[in-house]
Amino acid sequence: MIEIGFFLVFMTCGFVFGSLAEQRHFKRIIQREKMMNSLPVVASRYPPEDVAYHQHLVAGSVVVASDYFKSFTAGLVNIFGGSVTPFESLLDRGRREAILRMKDEAKICNAELIFNVKLETTRIATGRAGAIEVLAYGTAMTPVSLLDVNPTTLAAIRKSASSQTDS
Amino acid sequence: MLISNLEILPDYRIVKHIGLVQGSSVRSKHVGRDIMASIKNIFGGELEGYTELLHESREEATARLVTQAKEIGANAVLNVRFSTSSIAAGAAEIFVYGTAVELEKT
Repeated sequence: MIEIGFFLVFMTCGFVFGSLAEQRHFKRIIQREKMMNSLPVVASRYPPEDVAYHQHLVAGSVVVASDYFKSFTAGLVNIFGGSVTPFESLLDRGRREAILRMKDEAKICNAELIFNVKLETTRIATGRAGAIEVLAYGTAMTPVSLLDVNPTTLAAIRKSASSQTDS
Repeated sequence: MLISNLEILPDYRIVKHIGLVQGSSVRSKHVGRDIMASIKNIFGGELEGYTELLHESREEATARLVTQAKEIGANAVLNVRFSTSSIAAGAAEIFVYGTAVELEKT
């Protein structure tokens, strides 16, 4: 009896807070995507050769957890087969958030493009439900002319580059 | 040290391919974080603790890659790839690898 009670409480909590959090997250993602529209992300491996660029490796990662309700409904769908929509939206959220964080990092470098973007997804097991980790990374391309114009950005790039190399 | 996940860099010429360099890092958070994460699993949402954890491991793995590249006399690492895997509950491995090269500005 107590177990059923716990189950119901978890289900309601998961449903209410989970979908609220998801809605808010999607809203924020769409807002930020609009702001970041000027910075295209390209999956191509070959950079343009006509403009001189400064390259910089940028990355963004996020860990998102599924909620109790999502996990349970996913389990139900698993019995009958079909597309597991609760997890699809979770993965979508994770990927878009990771790309946005990567773009944030690239913006600091004054980048104009992000090249050769790769996405890496891993399932992280925490308890019975799952959480996923998404890592997005690519090469941010800052035009050398922009580097000259903005010395503070150059300083920021050099600082982050030297923290990696200390040379 | 130039790190890039591109294979060809405009303006640069590869003088010498030195070899594969790698760096990896396995980290975990204290139990409190794990407990918080499992509670968060009921409600859903981002697990900030783990995001931070992966960020730290990424930095550490990259730092190790750079150290290795320097030891063998490279001045750049190209075609860098990241790979992640969960080793156990609450611990994650980040593995980063790439080709160490000697570059020359053209």
